[in-house]
Amino acid sequence: MPQGNKPSSVPPKKDKQEARRDFLKQSSAVMALALAPPLVLKAAQHDEAIAAVFEKMPVSLEINGKKMQLSVEPRVTLLDLLREQLALTGTKKGCDHGQCGACTVHVNGQRINSCLTLAVMQEGKKITTIEGLSNGDQLHPVQEAFIRHDGFQCGYCTPGQIMSAVACLNEGHAGSPEQIREFMSGNICRCGAYDNIVNAIMDVKNGGQTA
Amino acid sequence: MNPFSYVRPNSLKAAIEAMARDHSARFIAGGTNLLDLMKNGVALPEKLIDINQLPLREIRQDGNTLHIGALVLNSDLAAHDLVKTQHPLLSEALLAGASQQLRNMATVGGNMMQRTRCSYFYDTSMPCNKRQPNSGCGATGGINRMHAIFGASDNCIAVHPSDMCVALAALDATVLVAGPKGERRIPFTDFHRLPGNTPQLDNNLAKNELITAVEIPPHPFTKHTCYLKVRDRASYAFALVSVAVAMDISDNVIRNVRIAMGGVAHKPWRLPDAEKALTGKTPTSDNFRLAANIAIQGAKTYAHNGFKKELAFNSIQTALLKAATA
Repeated sequence: MPQGNKPSSVPPKKDKQEARRDFLKQSSAVMALALAPPLVLKAAQHDEAIAAVFEKMPVSLEINGKKMQLSVEPRVTLLDLLREQLALTGTKKGCDHGQCGACTVHVNGQRINSCLTLAVMQEGKKITTIEGLSNGDQLHPVQEAFIRHDGFQCGYCTPGQIMSAVACLNEGHAGSPEQIREFMSGNICRCGAYDNIVNAIMDVKNGGQTA
Repeated sequence: MNPFSYVRPNSLKAAIEAMARDHSARFIAGGTNLLDLMKNGVALPEKLIDINQLPLREIRQDGNTLHIGALVLNSDLAAHDLVKTQHPLLSEALLAGASQQLRNMATVGGNMMQRTRCSYFYDTSMPCNKRQPNSGCGATGGINRMHAIFGASDNCIAVHPSDMCVALAALDATVLVAGPKGERRIPFTDFHRLPGNTPQLDNNLAKNELITAVEIPPHPFTKHTCYLKVRDRASYAFALVSVAVAMDISDNVIRNVRIAMGGVAHKPWRLPDAEKALTGKTPTSDNFRLAANIAIQGAKTYAHNGFKKELAFNSIQTALLKAATA
C-alpha cells in the first residue's frame, strides 16, 4: 500500500499545501478560512483539526519516550507511520487487517493493532513499540523469557507477540495457561510456537523462576 | 486506501453538522471495521469525521438504568464493575468477541455499526446486494457456510457479526441517537434490520444521525446468565452460532427469561416464542429441549449451512442449562 506517496495522476498542490502546513503549525484557524473551499470553510468554524484530501496535517506523538512533531496524510495508518516514516520496522505488517496481531503496539499503555488506526487519530498519545521495550541493552523480562523458552521460530510475529504479552501481564490476564491462550488469541503464529509462548509468559508471571 | 479528507469536531453538534454537509462522509471512532473496509475498497468515504473528541465515554448509573456512552471501549465496558455485577451477560459477550487489541480500540457505537463479514460483501469482484444494490447475491448460490438461517431474503443471507449486540438485544437495551432534529430513542431489537428488499441498510439509523449511548434497564438477571459462542477455533473467530441467555429463577420456577442468538440472522435474533414457552416452567432439560425445538421452527438453510439448525438446537439447550446451573 503506497501510502504517503501521491499517485502520479494527481498534480501536487505544493504551494497551497506548504502554506497550510505553516499556518497549521502556528495553530491558527484564521488562514485556513482564507485557503479552504467554501464547504471546508464552514466546517473549520467548529472543527479542531482538518485536512483536505492528500494534505498532510501535523500530529504530535510521544514515541518510545521521545516527543515528535510529525506531518502525515490522514490516510496513513499508525503502522505505516512507524515503519515507513520513522523506520521503526520492528513493528510488523502481517495481514494489515487486524487479524494477525503482528502490528501490536501500546498506546497509552494499552495494546492495539496499529494497522487499524490512523496516525492522526492518535494525536497527543504515547506510543510504545518493540524498539522502546528494552532499557538500552537490558532486555525486557518478557523478551528474555521468549529467548529462554524458544518462543518463536521465524520471528515475524514475535514483536507483536511480545508487545501483546507485556500488556497481557499488565492487564492481569496471565493467571493461567488457559487465560493466557484466550487473551493472546489476537496474535497468530504460523510456525506454531504457542506452547513456548505460553510458557514464556507464565515464567514471567511466576517471577522468572520456572525456566 | 483511497484518499479522504479528515475533520475532528469538538462537539456533537459540530459532528452532526459536518455529516449533514457531506453525505459521502463517515464517522470514525475505533476504526477497526471501517478502515478494514476502506483498505478493501468496500467503503470509499470521501471524508472521515473523527468523533473521538466527543464527550461520550461515560458509564454511569441513571436511577436503576445503566447509561453507556457510545465511545466506551469494548474492553473497558467488559471490565467495568457496574457491568460485571449488574449485567454479567454483557461482559461475557464482549469478552467472547474479537481480541483484546481490538476490544481496546472498538467502541460500543462502532460495534453496533460494524458490517457483515460475508466474504461476498468483502470481495468487490463479486455481486452483493448489500454493497451494491441490485447486483445480486453471491452467497445464496455460493459458499454459504457462515450464513443466516433465520429472517433472510433472496437478496441477502448475511449475518450480523457482533457478540455484544446479542447480549444487548437479550437485555432489552435502548439506543440513544442524535441527529439534526434532536435526539431519539430506539429499542435495541428495532435498531438492526432484516435484509428484505433493502439489504444495503443494516439498521434504522438515518445517515446524519449518530449513536450517543446505550441504556440498559434494571432486571433480575445477575446470576443465571450464559453467553455460549460456537466457532471454528477456540478463540478470536466469528460465531457460527451464539446464544445469550438470562434467566430469573426462584423456587425452581423460571420467572423470566431472555434468549437471543448471534450468527444466525441479519440482526441479533431474539427468541420470543421460546421465552414464552419457558416462563413459569421448571428449569429442566426436557423444558429446555422443548424451547429449543420451538426456537428452530422456521429455520431455512442453504447448501453449506444446514448444520447450523442442529447446532442452534443443541446450543440453545446447552446455554439454558449452563445459565440455570450457574
